[in-house]
Amino acid sequence: MSAESVKPRTPDEVGVPDHIQYMHPTLVKNHGAWDYHDRPRPGVLRHVAKSGDEVFTIRAGTQRQMDVYTIRTLADIGDKFADGHIRFTTRSNIEYMVTDEAKVQPLIDALGEEGFPIGGTGASVTMISHTQGWLHCDIPGTDASGVVKGLMDMLHDEFIQEKMPNRVRITTSCCQINCGGQGDIAINVQYTKPPKINHDLVANVCERPAVVARCPVAAIRPAMVDGKPTLEIDEKKCICCGACYPPCPPMQINGDDSTKIAIWVGGKHSNARSKPTFHKLAVANLPNNAPHWPEVNAIVKRIVQAYKKDAKHWERMGEWIERIGWSRFFDMTELAFTKHHIDTWTGARNTMNSSAHIHF
Amino acid sequence: MKDGEPKGKGDIHATPMLDQLEDGPWPSFVTGLKRLRDTKDAKYAPMMNDLMGQLNKSYENRKGYWKGGVVSVYGYGGGIIPRYSEVGEEYPESKEFHTLRVMPPPGFHYTTELLRQMCDIWEEHGSGLIAFHGQSGDIMFQGCTTENTQKAFDALNKIGFDLGGAGPALRTSMSCVGAARCEHSCYDEARAHRGIINQFLDEMHRPSLPYKFKFKFSGCGNDCVNAIHRADFAVIGTWRDDIKVNQERVKEHVANVGRKYMIDTVISMCPTRALSLNDDDTLDIDNKSCVRCMHCINVMTKALSPGDDKGVSVMIGGKRSLKVGDLMGTMIIPFMKLDTDEDYEKLEEFAETCIEFFADNALEHERIGECIDRIGVPAFLEAVGVEADPNMVNHPRTSSYVRTDDFDIEAAKWFERKALEAGLTVAGE
Repeated sequence: MSAESVKPRTPDEVGVPDHIQYMHPTLVKNHGAWDYHDRPRPGVLRHVAKSGDEVFTIRAGTQRQMDVYTIRTLADIGDKFADGHIRFTTRSNIEYMVTDEAKVQPLIDALGEEGFPIGGTGASVTMISHTQGWLHCDIPGTDASGVVKGLMDMLHDEFIQEKMPNRVRITTSCCQINCGGQGDIAINVQYTKPPKINHDLVANVCERPAVVARCPVAAIRPAMVDGKPTLEIDEKKCICCGACYPPCPPMQINGDDSTKIAIWVGGKHSNARSKPTFHKLAVANLPNNAPHWPEVNAIVKRIVQAYKKDAKHWERMGEWIERIGWSRFFDMTELAFTKHHIDTWTGARNTMNSSAHIHF
Repeated sequence: MKDGEPKGKGDIHATPMLDQLEDGPWPSFVTGLKRLRDTKDAKYAPMMNDLMGQLNKSYENRKGYWKGGVVSVYGYGGGIIPRYSEVGEEYPESKEFHTLRVMPPPGFHYTTELLRQMCDIWEEHGSGLIAFHGQSGDIMFQGCTTENTQKAFDALNKIGFDLGGAGPALRTSMSCVGAARCEHSCYDEARAHRGIINQFLDEMHRPSLPYKFKFKFSGCGNDCVNAIHRADFAVIGTWRDDIKVNQERVKEHVANVGRKYMIDTVISMCPTRALSLNDDDTLDIDNKSCVRCMHCINVMTKALSPGDDKGVSVMIGGKRSLKVGDLMGTMIIPFMKLDTDEDYEKLEEFAETCIEFFADNALEHERIGECIDRIGVPAFLEAVGVEADPNMVNHPRTSSYVRTDDFDIEAAKWFERKALEAGLTVAGE
């Protein structure tokens, strides 16, 4: 091979592409000039522009991790019914935009025939935002796509209808870094044991000062084991957060039986009514039982149903709990309140009740 | 066949755990993986067979088997997530299974033709598995050998797409659907998104920041891309004049849903008690008390809409737990008009100021929010040239442990600024 032929191609640093070229022409035409929207049925939005133009959006759930056959099927449907334009929501739902109301039902039928549920709009449980898990992550305590598949099967009816008090945003995360993000319900790995250290590997694999610096509670210090430089952990101080594991894989945090799942509730991104909130611990120490995670599934179902039954219209999960009080939340969901629910981190006292307000 | 037994070339791994995830009404990623595995003569079929074998092993042993490494494309230092299998001897065809993080168009708009081009490229060079989208917003092309990484990138780059961020760098950004299809939109989210990210591509493609830095753009306080929780620099649409009311549509709404329901779901839910229902079923709004939370507008999409004098708030320092605990963005610029070219340039300049502050002052592996916690918000404000504003705080300090001997000088500045602002200039100047 000549030197010329192996010279790598210089990248064209195009950055974020221009979206206008991919947008549906009615969206381009009415950009920034929309009047209002309503929802003719679950899974369908109707946006009306100030120009009088209407666009119907049909939203369907996907598995996010898609094979090219699935994507081409979705593209075929887009070509046939939606002028060849689609978009995705931040929660991996696909949306088709059509201007002709007569195309809405055939589009719904076509998606249904291919097994894509229509919904995720308004006061529904929409698709779970999730992480990579065992499929691709280098530090996962559990899977992501599989947990989500099981949960969305269970919550399918709440995806295709709008019968919740308000929208329900669920997230899953396969370690405590919580890449899945805040949610009305967040299902996150919670490690329960300090890392087991493979002392033979630390010196070669880890930048030891960086690992020491990474620990949030200063529980890691340099050590010598069998004449080799390594690290040791003060297990009394260790909070089992797993922060040392990504920069130093020999600090094995995951264990067959010690990697557990915790469920958190009441996170909210939106500023609507109340200010945004972080999710709070509901229950910990649930088993990590692939492929259906039945224990996790059952408790999520209980929480969703308690919220559905008791919350007022437009109250999000966290707002509902704030009104009824945590005592009733734990009663209604038949979950235990323990000393582990009381925060011990920086600013913890601010999370305590400093008033005579109590719930019975 | 039992897991771990030697297999002849072409044998299909048994995947009893994954097989259980094929029933039920939700689309199954396992069925998708199998379609790829079973594609006759496809280059990626053996890779997907071994990938499924390894994934099933993870399900059985509750353990992940990927480790990182270093893979990049010519000219770039980031954007590829390298994955090498720890059990590659058992699953040789998927022993390299890297991901290309590719930046999506703002608002996640695609043509079907573009999707097909991406599929073709990924069938040629990768696994045939694509995720729309990852949590940072990237299109994730999952499953590529080291050898094919450059080829896949070249092909994607030629159709106008570029790698996103990874490591200690500017990260891929997200914006909501915004002005493209939402009446709540208070600025051109996509323009701000592209303007900022494309100006700082060097920080994305050649990582040299202390740690990650994320921008996210939401058109209103509903914050559909979760910017306040997840972004170091959150841009949230807002307005400073009055909510626009169509009183006839208010009356229609009351007639449709009933007066009690209207009071329970709109009037009583206003967080600042700024709403009142008049005796004739029109709405009385105390706009000076309104905090632009969006609730009443969300409920009454036809009758109410954001005002005309639109712009953005900028909130700095959101992140998740590692390492000091969760932080939301803090209100730093309560209002910045975002209308003219100069306005957008001003936002880009402020973004640059913040990135420079971060590069110069944050410790290794410290997010900007943690850096601000360490030095205090007043020091940060001074560093980025922003004056203190009551909208930045929930309430003024409660601790008396502060030295205030220059209080009169600071107060004089406040009154001077107030006098200048009498003509309503842009905050944050």
